[in-house]
Amino acid sequence: MIFEPFFLRALLAGLGLAAVAAPLGCFVVWQRLAYFGETVAQAGLIGVALGLALHMDVTWGVLAVALLVAALLLWFGRQKVVGLDSILGLLHHAALAAGVIATSMLKGPPVDLAGFLFGDVFAVTATDVTVIFVGGALVLAAVAWMWQPLLRLAVHEELAEAEGVNREKIRTVFIVLLAVAIAVAMKIVGILLVMAFLVVPAVAARPLSRDPERMVLLTALIAAGSVLAGLWLSATVDSPGGPSIVIVMSIIAGLSLSWAARGRSAARPIKD
Amino acid sequence: MPQSEGVAAAASVPCGHGAGRGCTHSRGADSNAPFDANALISARGLGITRNGRDQLIDVSLDIAPREIVTLIGPNGAGKSTLVRVLLGLEKPDRGKMQRRADLRIGYVPQRFDSDAVLPMTVERFLALGMEGDKLGIMRMLEQVDASSVRHQQIGELSGGELQRVVLARALLRQPNLLVLDEPAQGVDYSGEADLYNLIGRLRDEAGFGVLLVSHDLHVVMARSDRVICLNHHVCCSGMPEAVAQHPSYARLFGPQAAHAFAVYRHHHDHSHDLAGMPHPHGSPDDDGRGEP
Repeated sequence: MIFEPFFLRALLAGLGLAAVAAPLGCFVVWQRLAYFGETVAQAGLIGVALGLALHMDVTWGVLAVALLVAALLLWFGRQKVVGLDSILGLLHHAALAAGVIATSMLKGPPVDLAGFLFGDVFAVTATDVTVIFVGGALVLAAVAWMWQPLLRLAVHEELAEAEGVNREKIRTVFIVLLAVAIAVAMKIVGILLVMAFLVVPAVAARPLSRDPERMVLLTALIAAGSVLAGLWLSATVDSPGGPSIVIVMSIIAGLSLSWAARGRSAARPIKD
Repeated sequence: MPQSEGVAAAASVPCGHGAGRGCTHSRGADSNAPFDANALISARGLGITRNGRDQLIDVSLDIAPREIVTLIGPNGAGKSTLVRVLLGLEKPDRGKMQRRADLRIGYVPQRFDSDAVLPMTVERFLALGMEGDKLGIMRMLEQVDASSVRHQQIGELSGGELQRVVLARALLRQPNLLVLDEPAQGVDYSGEADLYNLIGRLRDEAGFGVLLVSHDLHVVMARSDRVICLNHHVCCSGMPEAVAQHPSYARLFGPQAAHAFAVYRHHHDHSHDLAGMPHPHGSPDDDGRGEP
């Protein structure tokens, strides 16, 4: 089975995604944007319905809706009466509800909701693989191009801005890149697990890293290893592909965090 | 040093403790004065209103090259807001500002979250986005007395260490204006005095101007060329020596008056209503605050 074309395509797609997700995932972790990304991803279901209704590739629908929801989040974030966590809670659930309603209203044969929620890594086509590699290369190029300002904003936003970094511009480009990555990755790991692909390997790499670039490299390696092990697991015990990859990387992250927590006193209450 | 007599003295009215002692009121009277072409930053009539409340009212000031200006005022007086405007992080609703074309700011922010989720060594932090070489970084760390933390993670530093590292980064930019927003927060008394001495010494060597925000006056006074008291508007601005010569200085800066707020409050000839608007008093010595 391992040498079947569909398995090789899954492997290529997974490895390509691991490379693209690594730098973005690190910035999501550094800037505490995990739930921001989660909410944007969740809105993808509306995009799926949109894509199906308009008879086009759902990736475009997901991308459009992801950008829209990101803009809405930034807009709501300007008010100061309700915290960002509540805004995320609102949009997260609103997006899921709207997505389920939208897919239910589609005419024609019933939609395979589970397929979109959890993805189907073994169903990726040669075109999907091409999209991942071409889109991924563009995303990586963009991240490399704005690496320094991104890092400076992640260290201290106000300091970077006072030193002349254009916060609005860099932030906006980063969110667009995040939306692109979510839209592309969604086919493989599904709407519910797409952020895991970004966040979990970065979390696993953090305790083992002492500088940002090595953390990105380690993140990519952990993600790639998880893709290999997850697909092998999937082929061996016939478990779903995407969730198998996610469970492998989650186990690595759990071990890594346990290692970081050893010998430390009780955890502080979680902020934000 | 130009400017050492305070902002636009000609247009000012005397402070409560008597004219000619260097502490003059601006009250925005000079907001129509032309920009000081020599100043690093020249601001006229700055005003900011947030949620219906005036944060800054008609603030005018000049910061001359090599000058150490200390900005004091109670919490919530708009000190940080003014700094954000001067740094260009916030646009004022009213007024105008001119920054000298060659202005290069080194900034030490008030809060530097050391609970960093980002892995980064001190050395890397100091090199980030700068042309500086390793040797320059090592020298600068020596200057701020933080050589020992060069290979440590920024998230693992103590408050005082982090402060000096952030100061080193600001200085590595070779600024002609160093802006520090309450740099002594979380640093003990002697650490604060050391920090101010260090900044003063570095200023003498490198010749940059300094804008220092503080709500603590007794340590700041010695090194400052000029003190600006802010409570949404510029209450009082003058040379620290002049303030120090005043009879109330001893009373205010004595061991009992370690906390320095009262310091300039008693120099005022007006009080503030709940909206922060100034109200003059009939008698210059009666500040209406029940001074014993």
